[in-house]
Amino acid sequence: MNLKLDQLDQIFVILNNWLLGYLPPVVRPLCSSILAIALILVTFALLFAITTVLERKGLGRIQNRFGPNRVGPCGFLQPIADGIKSLTKEDIVPNPADHVVHFLAPVLLVAAAFMAYAVLPIGRNMILVDMNAGVLYFFAIGSLMELAVFMAGWSSRSKYSLLGAMRAIAQMISYEVPLVLASIVVIMQSGSLSTVSIVNMQATYTGIWPHWFVFTPWGFAGFALFMIAATAESNRSPFDLPEGESEIIAGYYTEYSGFKFALFFLGEYIGMFATSAMAITLFLGGWSAPFSFLTWIPSYFWFFAKLLTIILTFIWVRGTLPRLRMDQLMNLAWEFMLPMTLLNLLTAGVWHFMPAGALRWLICGAMVVVPCILLSRGLKQRKKFQVRKYRFSE
Amino acid sequence: MVGKGIIKGMVETARNFLGSYVSKQRLTTIQYPEERAPQIEAARNFPFLVFDGTDAEQGLRCVACQICEKECPPKCIFIEKSKDKKPDATGKMQFYPATFNIDISVCMSCQICVEVCPFDSIKMDVVYDLSNNDRFAGLLLHKQQLAKSNEYYNTIHPTEAAAVDAHFAEERAKAAARVKAAAEAKLAAEAKAATDAKAKSETTLADTQAQPVGGGTR
Amino acid sequence: MSDATNLTAQIDINTIPALGKEQLLELAMGPQHPSTHGVFRMNVVLDGERVMKLKPVFGYLHRNHEKIAESETYLGSMPYTDRLDYICSITNNWAYAIAVEKLAGIEVPERAEYLRVITGELTRLQNHACLLGFLMQDMGASGTPLMYAFREREKIMDLFEGLTGARMMCNYLRFGGCRVDTPAGWMDAARKVVAEFPRFLDEYENLLVGNEILMDRTQEVGILSKELAINAGISGPMARASGVDYDIRKVDHYSIYDRFNFRIPLGERGDVYDRYMIRFLEMRESIKILEQAMRDIPDGPIVDPKTKIRGFRPKPGEAYGRIESPKGELGFYLVSDGALNPYRYRVRPPSLINLTVLEDLCIGQNVADVVVILGSIDIVLGEVDR
Repeated sequence: MNLKLDQLDQIFVILNNWLLGYLPPVVRPLCSSILAIALILVTFALLFAITTVLERKGLGRIQNRFGPNRVGPCGFLQPIADGIKSLTKEDIVPNPADHVVHFLAPVLLVAAAFMAYAVLPIGRNMILVDMNAGVLYFFAIGSLMELAVFMAGWSSRSKYSLLGAMRAIAQMISYEVPLVLASIVVIMQSGSLSTVSIVNMQATYTGIWPHWFVFTPWGFAGFALFMIAATAESNRSPFDLPEGESEIIAGYYTEYSGFKFALFFLGEYIGMFATSAMAITLFLGGWSAPFSFLTWIPSYFWFFAKLLTIILTFIWVRGTLPRLRMDQLMNLAWEFMLPMTLLNLLTAGVWHFMPAGALRWLICGAMVVVPCILLSRGLKQRKKFQVRKYRFSE
Repeated sequence: MVGKGIIKGMVETARNFLGSYVSKQRLTTIQYPEERAPQIEAARNFPFLVFDGTDAEQGLRCVACQICEKECPPKCIFIEKSKDKKPDATGKMQFYPATFNIDISVCMSCQICVEVCPFDSIKMDVVYDLSNNDRFAGLLLHKQQLAKSNEYYNTIHPTEAAAVDAHFAEERAKAAARVKAAAEAKLAAEAKAATDAKAKSETTLADTQAQPVGGGTR
Repeated sequence: MSDATNLTAQIDINTIPALGKEQLLELAMGPQHPSTHGVFRMNVVLDGERVMKLKPVFGYLHRNHEKIAESETYLGSMPYTDRLDYICSITNNWAYAIAVEKLAGIEVPERAEYLRVITGELTRLQNHACLLGFLMQDMGASGTPLMYAFREREKIMDLFEGLTGARMMCNYLRFGGCRVDTPAGWMDAARKVVAEFPRFLDEYENLLVGNEILMDRTQEVGILSKELAINAGISGPMARASGVDYDIRKVDHYSIYDRFNFRIPLGERGDVYDRYMIRFLEMRESIKILEQAMRDIPDGPIVDPKTKIRGFRPKPGEAYGRIESPKGELGFYLVSDGALNPYRYRVRPPSLINLTVLEDLCIGQNVADVVVILGSIDIVLGEVDR
């Protein structure tokens, strides 16, 4: 029985090895990579399609209406209809636009987004490239996505696009800092930049509880900060001012139509999945099961389950919150999140050097919670925002 | 606590999300065209002409008085009066509209034509899927398209139609009573004239019969 | 866009801290824009994100309403008034009816007055619900509060359909009363809707009031001072949010508002948050009025029997009738020369008058706030352009 479950867990590795057995040993590494790349492209594109339907149906249900429910059972073939629509639309490029850069921007976005998956462990022994500096590679590729956004806004030669691109760049650069700082605590704790070793460290259990980093005070704070920064990096609500529909129409991709628009959409969502997957790897234990008695379920199942949960939370937040304005966004990044991430570093250090026990929990918990409350109170007071009471005329 | 407002908001949306699977009140969509919204009785869309009986030409209540044409604010009704008269439902000879066109691309469903009609002949219909490929001729409704029966009127606006029918029945009863009274009066007058004549002829007969006593043979 | 290029030239060079006029960005927001509340254009000059100058351009929805009224009969203009502020048709009808009743000296029976108050306050409820939903939509809340607000508004529209026959273009009031009486069961349905409405207001309060992002975006944004509000002739919730204690229902004592017990909320700062909250509180007061009116409504005639539907010729003279519409002071000025048609027909549109201070509110604010401020003024282009 155990052997069979292990086989189920490693089914893709086994299939990979079986297929490669038919090829001469010279081309085996190359073909193995090609197979894995193809599988990643197909899986995450499919996940993108499912996410678009889930998002529309989820938002619809939150707003007391059906989402799409005509195409296919419960509307789940809607992405096919959307894909056909975007392929058959006329591709309009404005005359003054820089045609080469205008064409390359969505291509670069999608390429950069997919390149980030090279270092994400999707299951046990299932990673495309086991780099020693995997996390560093991931954040470097993330910066390429910002370049693509800027290319799009600049090449369109339109005021709306320029405004949108400026906002997007400012936002993405500002939120890179808390993003990276929040992940440094994990690197400190695990002592390695390799994603595989980070996950392996979290895949052990004491009793039934896993050693996920999110179950520690500094890990919890780091996870929260990472997720907020990830929302901002992916231009999702409440940080979607660059594509603020009600103000500057679509921001940096106003001048794109047809399939290029769909590519932008795709690139953004793939980037969102990649950042969520990195959060899962760093904080939520990657492909490990939440309880020790559940390890018989295959590892890739847990990975995708966690990913879907994060996606559903993104959709939930999008349906609830209004948009933050540009300066409020920036204030949040530089005045709140940056100090919090630095304090988190200190907390993680204290955690590492104290002996295990309740005292460690107490001190580190206090070090996380107290500054958060004090800082937010201080910031709020400076702005003097509160719920007001109104008087009535006599 | 920081973030309390945001948490409250998210709880509210979660409640709506889960509620949409259980209660109709949190999922108010009506899936047109398979489902239709129930028709509210007083709803109004575009006008139509009422006819009594089964023949649209014969039983049409409209007498082409052209009051609705004058009172219509956007002037979307076009009537041509006929040259001859035809009998209406009560038998009286009335004019009728040779053409009665309403341009529903202009009509704003204000219902003033219904209010001013003295003959209860134009009422508001409730049909709304009237889309057409032809913007001009397709949206100009003629008399044949506008004329609908009184039974149909009763199905779409029951209370209103019942009131109108009751009013007509009253009018007819009064008219019938008048005719009956006139007929009776006529009958009574004839009977009186007959008895008068009879009485007169009897007296003359009595005179002639009473006369020869004094006359003898001449 | 020739007028737009003049705009940058009009800016005083001393007010720009940056390198000069080359740094300024001139933008035309609208007329096709997802959130300018209709066909409305704003030429803005931006320095980075800050607004330096703003020029509103409207008239895209001008339909010659006042000129048409000069060739229509008095009754024939009534359906056109529905379409002025197309969200609140009954209050438009009411202002016009009051103007004509003043002109011709017509009295309104009791029951008709109660029905007018009931339908008028229902209109106010659904207008404020619509506005709150759109304000949140403009701020990017992806339509969720909008859908909740419209869910409630649908109930009120169904009530209107049951009473007047149409959901939006009601054409319900006549000179001297109302057009039809309530059908059987309508009053109970209306009571039910009004009883359920506070629950929606509480849910909305949970969702929004106290939301940090909302407070961040609306407090201290678009501040209208009390002096400017009075000088510019601002009326309605916008003026009351700045602290001006002026509600025509309490000042003119028109119709039967004296009999109802309700309060007028007033704001202090005059920013977008205040305008939003004042409307919220006004909804609660409207519910109070509705409950009292539906409790006390008497039986009786619907319309003054002496008024004529056809051939209505008021005596020569002039009259100005005004009411507290949900947007502000809506007034009709009529001049009659004894004919079937008015000689002069003028509408005082609250949305347009309130819009005149848009530039003063927006200067110095971010471009993202312009849309929010415009939403808080609560304009309907049908009224601005007539």
